[in-house]
Amino acid sequence: MKKYQCTVCGYIYDPELGDPDNGINPGTSFEALPDNWTCPVCGADKNAFKLI
Amino acid sequence: MPAEEIIADVYWIGAIDWNVRNFHGYTYNTKRGTTFNAYLILDDKITLIDTVFKPFAQEMLENISSIVSPEKIDYIIVNHLEPDHSGALPRIFEFCPKAKIFGSVKSKEGLYKHYYNQIGLDFQVVKTGDKLHLGKKTLTFIETPMIHWPDSMFTYLIEGEILFSNDAFGQHWASMERFDDQVNETVLMDEALKYYANILWPFSSLILRKIEEIQKLNIPLKIIAPSHGIIWRKNLNKIIQTYLAWAKNETKLKVVIAYETMYGSTEIMAKNIAKGIIDSQVEVKIFDINQIDRTEIIKEMFEAKAYLIGSSTHDNAMLPNMAGFLKFLRGLKPKGKFAGVFGSYGWGGGALKDIEEVLKETGIEIIQNPLAIQYVPDENQIKNCYEYGKDFILKLKKENQQNLNLISS
Repeated sequence: MKKYQCTVCGYIYDPELGDPDNGINPGTSFEALPDNWTCPVCGADKNAFKLI
Repeated sequence: MPAEEIIADVYWIGAIDWNVRNFHGYTYNTKRGTTFNAYLILDDKITLIDTVFKPFAQEMLENISSIVSPEKIDYIIVNHLEPDHSGALPRIFEFCPKAKIFGSVKSKEGLYKHYYNQIGLDFQVVKTGDKLHLGKKTLTFIETPMIHWPDSMFTYLIEGEILFSNDAFGQHWASMERFDDQVNETVLMDEALKYYANILWPFSSLILRKIEEIQKLNIPLKIIAPSHGIIWRKNLNKIIQTYLAWAKNETKLKVVIAYETMYGSTEIMAKNIAKGIIDSQVEVKIFDINQIDRTEIIKEMFEAKAYLIGSSTHDNAMLPNMAGFLKFLRGLKPKGKFAGVFGSYGWGGGALKDIEEVLKETGIEIIQNPLAIQYVPDENQIKNCYEYGKDFILKLKKENQQNLNLISS
């Protein structure tokens, strides 16, 4: 699955790891993240992320 | 500098660094020095808000001691864990080892990676809206991640209507005065702009959202007390409105020419391009990046709509200081900017292509073909430079108009 990077702070969303602190299970693709999910480091919106 | 009462029972107890000229390593030229602002609140719980850079710990302790014994500190608020604000914590904990720390979740993670076993372990994580009762006074918190580190937060004193904004609204300016009504406003706004451009620029979208979020909270504000420089108590509305304009990327129709030259030919080009811009009645500023403080150039670039970047060719690439300069600019993530490139070369060339690639990666739109001149510009080529400047402005105005049309349509 594809990784995405936050253009504000540089955080990388790795689908294999998910974002368990915010209820996102490992194995969740970026596309499957809820629209109100935000960067766990800086709070930027999903649309601030770019495919890497 | 002695402690100073801001309002009853709330004190500035920070330190002034008159001599510092380089900050964040060598990324920021603090030509006016800086201050590390820390604050002390007297109540049933004696509370410290932030500290100072480690070399100034003793100065801060003396300021605290002039008001209350540092052994009596109960609470320490860490708005930001960066060493210029947290560096004195280990020294403070020698006096009040049982003090309780309050900060964001990222602050907790980062603080112990800085200070290991040198500070107390009693840390309470706070979130936006949490309240901390000190006795008669109450603090509340607003998380501000990436303004400008993940851990950053603001603390608000409800009874005093004071926002302790840490690095936001700050400026690097060493002065004996503490308040905006005591200092030259032009210098103050200039230093605030320089701070924003060099440190906060990449986070504009977050800053815009955060200010709007705070405005919706409708909290009354009498004082904004940042962690560097002057405290705002007169021109609060002005600095807030200015921050909003900066965060919205409101730029001027202004061109910054930044160049690096080897034997002076690229400089001749820069000056003659500038003449074409001046004759087009558009504001222009020219900087030889090896002579001028980068922090000042970045401040000008933040406000400008367009850049003309020049470099002689060296080893088929741009000169090395320009490469470093553009790398720094790229990190600031400028948006909505336009550019052209120019420079002198000897044989193969290569600098202009090199510069264009970096500018494109930065997200800057190239609106004019590059102007290259072999060796030294002659009379005709000097005219070409002049025309290049005029032509650049025509293209820039066209782009600007298209953007305005897009906004209004």
